[in-house]
Amino acid sequence: MKRREPFTDSQLLMSIAIGIFVVMYGAAMIFMGGGFLKFQQFFDLLNDNAALIIVSCALSIVMIGGGINISVGGVIGLTVMSCALYLNGTGIESAFGSTAMALLLSLGIGLAFGVGQGFLISYLDIQPFIVTLAGMFLSRGLTTMLSINPVKVTHAAFLDVAKTKLQIPFLGYTAQNGNLIPAKLETGAIIALCVVILSALMLKYTRLGRHTYALGGNQQSSLMLGINVRRTRFLTYVISGLLSGLAGFAFLMHKPAGNSSVAARMEMDAIAASIIGGTLLTGGVGNVIGTFFGALILATIQKIIGLSPLNESWWQEMASGAMLALFILLQSVVLSNRGKKAENAGKMKLKKE
Amino acid sequence: MTGKRRKGGVLSDLMIPLIAIGILILFNLIRDPGFFSISLSTNNSGNAVLTGNLISIIDSASELAIIAMGMTLVTAATGGQDISVGAVGAITGSVFVQVLKGSGDITAGTVVLGFLACCLVTVLFTSFNGVLVAFFRIQPMIATLILFSCGRSIAYWITGSATPQLESPIIKAMGMTIPGIPVPTPIFMVILVGLLLLLFFKTSNIRLYTESVGINQGASRLNGINPTLIKLLSFIVLGVCVAVAGVISTCRLGQVSHKTLLIDIEMDAILAVAIGGNSLGGGRFRLSGSILGAYIIQMLTTTLYAMSVAPANVKAYKAIVIILIVVAGSPVIKTALSSFWHRLKNNRAGAVSREVN
Repeated sequence: MKRREPFTDSQLLMSIAIGIFVVMYGAAMIFMGGGFLKFQQFFDLLNDNAALIIVSCALSIVMIGGGINISVGGVIGLTVMSCALYLNGTGIESAFGSTAMALLLSLGIGLAFGVGQGFLISYLDIQPFIVTLAGMFLSRGLTTMLSINPVKVTHAAFLDVAKTKLQIPFLGYTAQNGNLIPAKLETGAIIALCVVILSALMLKYTRLGRHTYALGGNQQSSLMLGINVRRTRFLTYVISGLLSGLAGFAFLMHKPAGNSSVAARMEMDAIAASIIGGTLLTGGVGNVIGTFFGALILATIQKIIGLSPLNESWWQEMASGAMLALFILLQSVVLSNRGKKAENAGKMKLKKE
Repeated sequence: MTGKRRKGGVLSDLMIPLIAIGILILFNLIRDPGFFSISLSTNNSGNAVLTGNLISIIDSASELAIIAMGMTLVTAATGGQDISVGAVGAITGSVFVQVLKGSGDITAGTVVLGFLACCLVTVLFTSFNGVLVAFFRIQPMIATLILFSCGRSIAYWITGSATPQLESPIIKAMGMTIPGIPVPTPIFMVILVGLLLLLFFKTSNIRLYTESVGINQGASRLNGINPTLIKLLSFIVLGVCVAVAGVISTCRLGQVSHKTLLIDIEMDAILAVAIGGNSLGGGRFRLSGSILGAYIIQMLTTTLYAMSVAPANVKAYKAIVIILIVVAGSPVIKTALSSFWHRLKNNRAGAVSREVN
């Protein structure tokens, strides 16, 4: 079996995602030129979409475990708003202190949502969609309760920290006046890259990660194999909560302003990124590296349309919808070609535990 | 399992939503005894209409109730949900306005024509979802994510402008009240759609087929049911429901705003299905539960507004009540309660038998 199929489903879907990203970026380099030829453009994708990349990882982990979490966008909004209000009102002047407190606050909010939702879903057996939908309503409602008007961070020391960028000279380019402009990577992007690597390692090598795959693959069998199904599921939601808090922090570092519509519909973008990257909503199949490229594909589509003459928001939405349709169909065709047997087994499992 | 639960009858299935609605009514009566009072008054155009919180709850939940009915069917057949109904509803509204604008003056004939065009277009769009789900075997939530993300843009593309207006007594009669009848028209639409679906289920085996496809697709195929067709059919029924809801909403507002028409209704509709006691994993379903769920959600919203909660904050309170309802209906709590109840009954029975001896 192994020898005949060197690739698992999730690796195949991931390589499709990577291939499409490379082709798309290459096409953009050739046909659009300009910014795409500079390395900074690639870094800007990471800088602008750090929060999306982090929550996409969070969603992939939950989806691999066979669940769903649509509260992530709301949690990001709540985190950004609370941090903004906290930073404006705090007495801590130092750069390190304020940043650390903001980080702690973000993680705390994320953890609270993760633990609450995880408990309801795994220990009370309530449908994850409904619980996280309630979580989304709750976080959005709390955000507007905190402040209905946009709040800009005015904490000087924190703003300095947020503006700090990692400078990489050898990837930079030479400006027209002969100065070398180094490529810049923001803190949020660095956090996002760390999250991708750590969660990939976690899923592949730790017990929790392997239990997650088993749980999403077949809950009944994992139970029989002695896996603590409830605790594993609980932990996936705790991790996704924590990561959404972290994503809120990354968002704050990129755009230090709270607003009731921050990260609106980001949960759907994150789900789309996970799917494009090869994670199946049915659970058990998926890969965080693929998800990373899924998020980059979405970001590249937006960037290309933003730079093209069709830069109206409805065009952007229609184009990303069409791309999504294409990916989903491609996946379906690829998977059904890879032997109906495996797919049927998957569906029987889906059929209701 | 199924047979056993059927014996329990409507009441045990609908216990949680009925209790929830009872508590909401009780809460409102204690808070403000006049909350449910209904009065006859004259509206702007000089017609006698019934007004009051109860009427407004039932009236404004109409779109949600209609969509929840279709959503129940899709949920039962596919074990997934259509999250694009709001966006497709916006497309419906745009088509309706375009047809009426294109045909010149608004008469009963053109309204019917517009409605039929809406049904056709909406069913086409939901069938697109249906084909992805039924033929390509894509998870419903993923398949409908496509239209969810681009449906409102398509609506904008159809109308070509931000908010086209509709001005006509016929539109007003459809969206609000018909002169001479004091009850808002959308309520009749809900009853009509409900009756049609009931008739559909009573005269055909669709209900049985849908439930069996939802419970075990492989087994139903072996028994000669075509799962693909049943799934597609559920999406087509949902399409008709969305078309009706979209037209009602457009008539009610007298305009189409592609960004806000039926916004977030997909979430409320899924919630209504779940609160109504239906499993989101497919299988057995009760339309009456979903309809009750829709009215619970609307009653909750209206209650919060009456308590002068700011509109933007309503979501947070709503979330807390929803969590309470689903926790009360969760399997763990249910079994714990029923085992507690049995122990109580056995103890009493034991005590009685001891006394007799």
